[in-house]
Amino acid sequence: MAFMGDMMNPAPFWQNGPAPGAFYNFPGNSASFGPGSHTVQEFKAHSASPITTTTTVIGVKFDKGCVIAADMLGSYGSLARFRDCPRVTKVNDLILLGNGGDYADYQYLKSIIDQKIIDEQCIGDGLQLKPRSLHCWLTRVLYNKRSKMDPLWSNYIVAGIQDGEPFLGTVDKLGTAYEDAAIATGLGAYMATPLLRDAADKGPLDQESAKALVRKCMEVLFYRDARSFWRYQLGVVTAAGVTIDEPTDLKHDWSLAHMIEMV
Amino acid sequence: MLNVHGDFPEYAVPGAKQHRFEPYADNGGSIVAIAGEDYAVIGADTRLSTGFSIYTREQKKLFQLSARTVLGATGCWCDTLTLTRLLRARLQMYEQEHNKPMGTPAVAQMLSTMLYYKRFFPYYVSNVLAGLDADGRGCVYSYDPIGHCERSTYRAGGSAGAQLQPLLDNQIGLKNMQNVTEAPLPREKALALIKDVFISAAERDIYTGDSIYILIITADGIQEEKFDLRKD
Repeated sequence: MAFMGDMMNPAPFWQNGPAPGAFYNFPGNSASFGPGSHTVQEFKAHSASPITTTTTVIGVKFDKGCVIAADMLGSYGSLARFRDCPRVTKVNDLILLGNGGDYADYQYLKSIIDQKIIDEQCIGDGLQLKPRSLHCWLTRVLYNKRSKMDPLWSNYIVAGIQDGEPFLGTVDKLGTAYEDAAIATGLGAYMATPLLRDAADKGPLDQESAKALVRKCMEVLFYRDARSFWRYQLGVVTAAGVTIDEPTDLKHDWSLAHMIEMV
Repeated sequence: MLNVHGDFPEYAVPGAKQHRFEPYADNGGSIVAIAGEDYAVIGADTRLSTGFSIYTREQKKLFQLSARTVLGATGCWCDTLTLTRLLRARLQMYEQEHNKPMGTPAVAQMLSTMLYYKRFFPYYVSNVLAGLDADGRGCVYSYDPIGHCERSTYRAGGSAGAQLQPLLDNQIGLKNMQNVTEAPLPREKALALIKDVFISAAERDIYTGDSIYILIITADGIQEEKFDLRKD
């Protein structure tokens, strides 16, 4: 009975058509992206999964500005492969940008942003891109890429000074965007945001307490996030401008590790 | 074959999972709108979440489209942002072309068309539109993600919509009640009802909470009110 083919999974009636007893999925519908469906979109999905990744980036507002911090590890799966991946950068005097996710996607978009800033400086009217504008622009770029089913696998935190006031916003790979006083992406959403929100809710932070808080969060994350690293960058943006500290090395102490017993 | 602890058969280990890109997210949030004789009220909570984590506790989900139209939108937040931005652009184009703001029923129809335009890659958004119609009466329009549109006098939408609608059916629609006479709903009662309804939603739905913003639309303009919900 070999000529009858596979009785359980009959062949489609025509090319890309429905199989007997099966529903037809319109092209472009998310149901046609499953395994076994051979659509054009499959070949377009270059970055449907991230390759070299970075982990959490955290940001918090204080009375006169914002702090952003992120470690410098580029992971290749579970391999801690690249140990010098800066991802807290100055965009201009008003904007500090942090990133987490696929590092190649970040480098790609970073080069576009850098060129935007150069183009803007060439105009020479003294106007500068403001953080809310960059945040909105990132939203559109990432949303358009996700709509093509070819996402930039990234989380961005945009910090800056918008018309004299601190601004802190984030965008993820779908284009989901919001502003808040404390933001942490990835695993940090579970471990750093409670700490950040708790401190921010107790009253307005000043620059030093905000930096101390962020450093504490980086320490907590280093002890618990397996994809984290002891070397990290911390950037501050105030009306005075953007400063990014030289990479800092976390002082870590595992002497108590033997006390932890896994049952 | 067993693993090092000897108590865990290998077939129970999930295999290597291919991570597929999912273009939609469920960011939760609920909306309730009630239309009265000469007013409309619409409320939405301010919690933006994904899975078990809260993105932010203060995300407004009500979009003032004109002096007499407000849209409440929840669901996939990136789609909400895109849809409302497009909607605002088209309202601005209409206003500059016709030298008058678009009326609520026209906005309602346009929204339906815009949603259906994306029929095969929909905006994953639950929309409730509230405002005043040409006669100054309150109106509420509700949608499904692909553009089905229906006018009603009260509607709950979003993550707790299915839990809230029966309560509104009973309290405003006077469903399953005996010996009741229909009477126009006073604005104060509508407002109190929205608050009560959201308190109930916050108890049962993890995607609804933190606080709500209520917009009261009358011929005199739009008033805003904030009301706190539980934050856990």
